[in-house]
Amino acid sequence: MIASHLPALQIIIPLLCAPFCLLLRWNWYVYGVALVASWAAFAVSIALLDAVLAGGPISYRLGGWAPPWGIEYVVDSVNAYVLLIVSAIGALVITFGKQSVERELPLGKDGLFYTSYLLCLAGLLGVTITGDAFNVFVFLEISSLSSYILISLGRQPMALTAAYRYLVLGTIGATFYLIGVGLLYQATGTLNIADLAVRVAEVGESRSVRVAFGFMTVGLGIKLALFPLHIWLPNAYAYAPSVSSAFLAATATKVSVYVLVRVFFTIFGPVYSFETMPLDIVLLPLAVAAMFVGSLIAIFQVDVKRMLAYSSVAQIGYMIVGICLASVIGLTGGLLHLFNHALMKGALFLAMGCVVYRLGSVMLDDLSGLGQRMPWTMAAFVIGGLSLIGIPLTAGFVSKWYLILGALDKDWWWLAALILLSSLLAIIYVWRIIEVAYLRPAPEGAQRGEAPLSLLVPTWVLALANIYFGIDTRVSVGVAETAATFLMGSK
Amino acid sequence: MMGAEVFMLLAIAIPFVTSALVGMSDGKPNQRETVTLVGACITFGVVLNLLPGAMSGVRTSISLLEFLPGLSLRLELEPLGMMFALIASFLWIVSSIYSIGYMRGKKEGHQTRFFMCFAIAIGSAMTVALAGNMLTLFIGYEVLSLSTYPLVAHHQDAEARKGGRIYLGYLLSTSIGLLLLGMIWTWQLTGTLEFKPGGIMEGRVEGAAAGLLLVLYMFGIGKAALMPFHRWLPAAMVAPTPVSALLHAVAVVKAGVFSVMKVVVYIFGIDFLGATEEASWLGYVAAGTLLLASLIAMQADNLKRRLAYSTVSQLSYVTLGAAMFHPLGVIGGAMHIAMHAFGKITLFFCAGAIYVATGKVNVSQLDGLGKAMPFTFLAFFIGACSVIGLPPLGGMWSKYYLSLAAADNGQLVFIAALMISSVLNVAYLMPIVARGFFKRSEDGEAVEGIKEAPVFCVIPLCVSALGCIALFFYADDLYQLLVPLAGEFK
Repeated sequence: MIASHLPALQIIIPLLCAPFCLLLRWNWYVYGVALVASWAAFAVSIALLDAVLAGGPISYRLGGWAPPWGIEYVVDSVNAYVLLIVSAIGALVITFGKQSVERELPLGKDGLFYTSYLLCLAGLLGVTITGDAFNVFVFLEISSLSSYILISLGRQPMALTAAYRYLVLGTIGATFYLIGVGLLYQATGTLNIADLAVRVAEVGESRSVRVAFGFMTVGLGIKLALFPLHIWLPNAYAYAPSVSSAFLAATATKVSVYVLVRVFFTIFGPVYSFETMPLDIVLLPLAVAAMFVGSLIAIFQVDVKRMLAYSSVAQIGYMIVGICLASVIGLTGGLLHLFNHALMKGALFLAMGCVVYRLGSVMLDDLSGLGQRMPWTMAAFVIGGLSLIGIPLTAGFVSKWYLILGALDKDWWWLAALILLSSLLAIIYVWRIIEVAYLRPAPEGAQRGEAPLSLLVPTWVLALANIYFGIDTRVSVGVAETAATFLMGSK
Repeated sequence: MMGAEVFMLLAIAIPFVTSALVGMSDGKPNQRETVTLVGACITFGVVLNLLPGAMSGVRTSISLLEFLPGLSLRLELEPLGMMFALIASFLWIVSSIYSIGYMRGKKEGHQTRFFMCFAIAIGSAMTVALAGNMLTLFIGYEVLSLSTYPLVAHHQDAEARKGGRIYLGYLLSTSIGLLLLGMIWTWQLTGTLEFKPGGIMEGRVEGAAAGLLLVLYMFGIGKAALMPFHRWLPAAMVAPTPVSALLHAVAVVKAGVFSVMKVVVYIFGIDFLGATEEASWLGYVAAGTLLLASLIAMQADNLKRRLAYSTVSQLSYVTLGAAMFHPLGVIGGAMHIAMHAFGKITLFFCAGAIYVATGKVNVSQLDGLGKAMPFTFLAFFIGACSVIGLPPLGGMWSKYYLSLAAADNGQLVFIAALMISSVLNVAYLMPIVARGFFKRSEDGEAVEGIKEAPVFCVIPLCVSALGCIALFFYADDLYQLLVPLAGEFK
């Protein structure tokens, strides 16, 4: 009985637990509720992935209304995988949360934080699971509004400006998406994604479909911080509390990338997206520019969280490259990178969270000698950094492998070379930090003190996941390949 | 009776275990160094156990796990790898003893980290040696670069950081930027990365594309220090001397030229390359590097810098051997890996011993030191003769086979390069010995008595010098080990 309602539970658990957090004032209760809700969501997503891999796509009618009139939740091999990433990161990060939140947030704001955290989680999961284009917008707004709060809770006053800027741009992005959905509704009379897929093809070439395509692409481009629409991201990640930046960096942009994939490959279909509309000619230069501009700016940052944020801009470029390749191998690479990047950025931001917990700062100069002072934290950071570069036996290597293979398969030499060249830039920005942490002497009187275990364990779980998925690739590559084949063949 | 599979796994695992045990012995120097030595001896014993099988031409292989669909992590025992594993594991023992003497003598810091990283470097060199496909080799190669970085930047001052940056910058960017691209291209063309006798390229790629692929591989293997990607080797001279020995003789550059050999012999196949016009550039680049580096070495006054450029030059002998695409060239090149390892480690040990005993680092300061440090200078003389290629020292044989191959191919240019370079070797190595024995020291004070470096430093350098002599007499065994390589060509 319960099993058949899993898709609804995926959203309902965090969504309903969120108001509880606001009501329960005492911070252990609040944390407990958030913790249980996140892990429950994680468990549900595992069950869903299992069910999908065993029995094919699941369709769930919300309120018993049949699609395309009612809202439908669809779980297939593509989003089951994204659900798993989001909920896994959500659960790990919240486990890490308690002490970090207490240290970094103004007193008494815990309840607010956990409420918005759960809402954001519910929103992101909702965007992923829903099979309704308008419903995507609703959940997108839920997750965005709550993430503005998550960011603005940062201690520095800059956090407010960062959140405000994100608010303005994020709203524009969501509105553009909504305009696109509206135009599609006007052209086809439906909002259900599967139904849209059929009807858009029937309508064929029309101006409103074309305009809808444009609006949706740009709107989502803002939400996923595609260069040059990324300007909200670096400040938002840099000034948000560590828990928020770890969670958002690893999930929020990924979910937007997922929606973009859905729009391109399911609603419009690869033929329309890449042949009728020469999307790759527009997006590929932007993606390549993102890889280079993001990495180059990252090299010159003195705030490590900001550096990681710019590196995210670059990494999103890789995912878009994977999409633009529009082949099974390329898309596999893009989806794999979506997963792997969540692992590496999660680990790196959590490690920085440990550093903030002890030092209260992540400025490069303050990290001197940290290799000796916080050996476990920095070791996790090194693993995450190596994965970011794409050293073999880490997860990052596998996704780069597929991206390059995809580029070579299309005979795009220059692209393969550019991907590798930008990886070299990653060496520079990662190594700057490793060098300071390990080879510069600690300042006089600095104490050796590790972060508490509740912070270290989740950090290390993610760091080890980077190595595990770099060695045993059966699960990650297998799922990504199934998903890519499904998407490419979906029309 | 354990099979060769188990020994191969052990040869890789034991260094890593040693590293972990060393890490646990932090703060207990005697225990730490005992662990290192025991680990080194066991590794050598394990590798020795593999030898009979390799001599009889059996190729044991193990697939560990499937990394990507159709691409496994794989180990395979073959003659080249056998030789490299033997050299690396034997020299690990010798250089460990030396490290103990040197590090204690100089009272260096971070010794636990030093011995840990050293062991990891050996473990990754073993992975490179026993790799059964290009991917496994690449993994070992990258781990080797990363694990030697803390060794190069050991002193942690501004100069060491700069050296470390150049070191890692060159090695990672060439390997990720070029080698990885070459590998993925190969995978895309052939659907395999296996080391196959005769190569896997035949019929898959031709003409300019083959030449370009060779460029990606040869320059991508930055550890082979083909010009213009050689700068990291002199930059790494900031490291303590045992590290230089590790870099120049035991693991790092040897892993580089070893990979060059593997790629030329097993990925491309020498017949294929010999028939490809566009591949002939390699020989000229190697010959050019060989001569230029020798010329630079003559200019260098800093002893370690001089030796570093000498290494750049000597590595190109190996690459040149591979680039002649001739069975004898391959054998000569492979032999040169062994000969140069023993010769160069002796020279570095001596440079380090001089530094420990007197603090002198420049060639011009060495006048008259030979009388105070007779063992060291004698060993230096032997090592130098072996590097030059004089009988009765091992270095002679590899040059002999290389010249034979060049003559058989009718490539007179290469013979000339080999001969000129030998003369240049004499010109930059012999003055050091001559200064030591025959010149009076600058300040005119007569040297009284023998003032050698600590005995832990002197024994290893004598052992490796004797090794140079032994290799002259046992070269035939080495030849027998390597000769199956030649059999596979025609």
